[in-house]
Amino acid sequence: MTGDEAIARGAYEAGALVGSAYPGTPSTEIMENYAKYDGIYAEWAVNEKVACEVAAGASTRGVRAFASMKHVGLNVAADAFTSFSYHHINGGFVLISADEPGMHSSQDEQDNRHYAVLAKTAMLEPADSAECLSFMKEAFSISETYNTPVLLRVTTRICHSKSLVETSEREIPPFGTFEKDIRQMLMVPANARLRHPFIEETRLPALRKLSNEGPFNKIQFFDKKIGVIANGVGYQYAREVLGERASYLKIGMSYPMPDELIRAFAKEVDTLYVVEEGDSFMEDFVKQLGIACHGKDLLPLCGEYSPELVRKAILGETEPAAYAIEGKHAPSRPPVLCAGCPHRGLFFELGKYRDKAYFSGDIGCYSLGALPPLSAHDSLICMGGAITMAHGFEKATKISGIDTFTKTFSILGDSTFFHSGITGLVNAVYNKAHITMIILDNRTTGMTGHQENPGTGRTVMGEEAPQVDLEALCLACGVKRENLVVCDPYDLKATAEALKKGYEAQEPFVIITKRACALLKPVVKERAKLKCKVNADLCRSCKLCLKSGCPALRLDEKVSIDPESCNGCNICAQICPFGAIERSGN
Amino acid sequence: MTKNILLVGVGGQGTILTSKILSRGFMEQGYDVKMSEIHGMSQRGGTVTTQIRFGETVYSPVIETGTADIIVAFEKSEALRYLHYLKKDGILVVNDYEIQPVTVAIGAETYPEGLLESYKETVEKTYVIDAFHQAEALGSTKAMNIVLLGALVRMLDLTDIDWKKLVSEEVPPKAVEMNLKAFEAGFEVK
Repeated sequence: MTGDEAIARGAYEAGALVGSAYPGTPSTEIMENYAKYDGIYAEWAVNEKVACEVAAGASTRGVRAFASMKHVGLNVAADAFTSFSYHHINGGFVLISADEPGMHSSQDEQDNRHYAVLAKTAMLEPADSAECLSFMKEAFSISETYNTPVLLRVTTRICHSKSLVETSEREIPPFGTFEKDIRQMLMVPANARLRHPFIEETRLPALRKLSNEGPFNKIQFFDKKIGVIANGVGYQYAREVLGERASYLKIGMSYPMPDELIRAFAKEVDTLYVVEEGDSFMEDFVKQLGIACHGKDLLPLCGEYSPELVRKAILGETEPAAYAIEGKHAPSRPPVLCAGCPHRGLFFELGKYRDKAYFSGDIGCYSLGALPPLSAHDSLICMGGAITMAHGFEKATKISGIDTFTKTFSILGDSTFFHSGITGLVNAVYNKAHITMIILDNRTTGMTGHQENPGTGRTVMGEEAPQVDLEALCLACGVKRENLVVCDPYDLKATAEALKKGYEAQEPFVIITKRACALLKPVVKERAKLKCKVNADLCRSCKLCLKSGCPALRLDEKVSIDPESCNGCNICAQICPFGAIERSGN
Repeated sequence: MTKNILLVGVGGQGTILTSKILSRGFMEQGYDVKMSEIHGMSQRGGTVTTQIRFGETVYSPVIETGTADIIVAFEKSEALRYLHYLKKDGILVVNDYEIQPVTVAIGAETYPEGLLESYKETVEKTYVIDAFHQAEALGSTKAMNIVLLGALVRMLDLTDIDWKKLVSEEVPPKAVEMNLKAFEAGFEVK
């Protein structure tokens, strides 16, 4: 199983009945897998804060519940998470944070271990799939026993690596009894003031004892010249590279840290190393105990670790590559919008405003529209930030009188709009931002691999669901009917007209580009026979079609189109000024 | 002794299914197995790697540079990107198949020429396979990954495992027969 599959299995075996999540790499597959089990309730929440609160509500009812999200998702959920830490725990509550050292598909590599400190909760860190399963089960017990939320922190390599696990039968523990008691659950100042001392004086000392004496943090003595304190995949790299040439303190519970174990371990070894991806979280703690150790002086703060990196840091060994080919380099292969991607039509036309408009982007497949040749994104920071950043940019342009980039467009997808774009739209209308908000409605959550959302009409459990009507929603938020255009991004002329109206608008303006993701199974099936082909006699190699950035196009002497990946979207044919591209298969 | 297999290619080439079949085979044979892959943006034309490690006890889910027993490049320039993972006397299997990246199509970069010759000159145990045309001849270029699986199994001499059974179980029911032929075609490659 992958780590994600094992976490889902652990939740199921522990008798968790409710799970809520928003998709985000590398956490997405947790909920996708949990949803496959019987006798559970799983959902895609519209965002991570909602997911955390749904799980908190279920826990309050007295059943075991969890929320899962990627690291930056916990920023969104942080308000709920830190406050729920003060709240009485009835059914076990676990929040899974999937961090991304290396940023394979993220905008930062923040280390969410700090959230356990901030929220004053227990934190577990599994190092392989077997531990993902067993720690997930233990997490629910800890939550109930110590009256604490538990943060299960994993990283990409743990989530997406497969290793062996042993499964067992599901056991649903007795439900907690919900008794009305506002002193423990209504977190107004008077009550929260009573809960805080419980956390400091009762919960955390008890958890520290568990960290020192429980099953999560283990010492393994081999050769004592080198001592390694390591967590997660860092432990696996150290264990692989150093074998029995070193002794280990493997950390599986990293908050509270096991002070006594660390002292005992440090006493026995000659030189102490801390191997941890991300921040110097454990290293700082060791140093606070007055114990000297190596850590970030030898190992990096940035990026993912690897066995060779750990070898070099601790043993000083580097092996030259056995084989190398001088003078040849693999061409870079950045991810691109897929062949037939409906976003391409929008970005091709939007790009024409590059010199006079600011493009405020957002998180999703469409972020790939930032890359050349489309180059139709100027900035992005976080989920739902497109509209609000555009708003601020526009207000600043107006008040300052700066006369460049006087128009602003915001770009975000349907799922991101539901996640946290709606509030931005309401804010823009309310505060009269003269921006043009483009919602790319491709009928799915594309980037993370096609998850359902409130616009798709299905739930993660495969049930039918009501579909939110984007147009009606925008109108209800106060966008005027005449300032709302829906267009098909496969139709370049219609898209250009919509953008022209948007460019000229003096009021909050919305463009919804509506066309399903080219990779959705029904779309693939429906368009299987549609193909574009270059008529070589008419092609003059002007390369204009290549400005679409479509990966199905290939340039040798003339342009050709890969029939395997082309889905006949016809965007290149509309770009070609010589009519050299024809579509067949209608 | 742990064995390290590195599959490299481009998103959509089926490296993940290949590695799934491999890891199931090793697991059923009683080995400890770890496999690591990166998804997310890789679906969209980016470079993809999948790593499989098997042996008595495997700790790291990823391969250390210079220790891969075999690299299978599903796309020929991708072998260049990961060649430093190959151990001395390791095996390099290259699919003679080119996927032009957008960076090359728009003229920002060039696709290296004479790659196959360079591989052969540099790595003694280089095997070039035309998996694309072999799969095409069998009815679908999608079976390219199973041709390469057949070749890999042959090169590593992993014949104790019933790979055909695993292939049958892992590919769509309609495509079983074709994929079995694809596996055989790959296995015959010398």
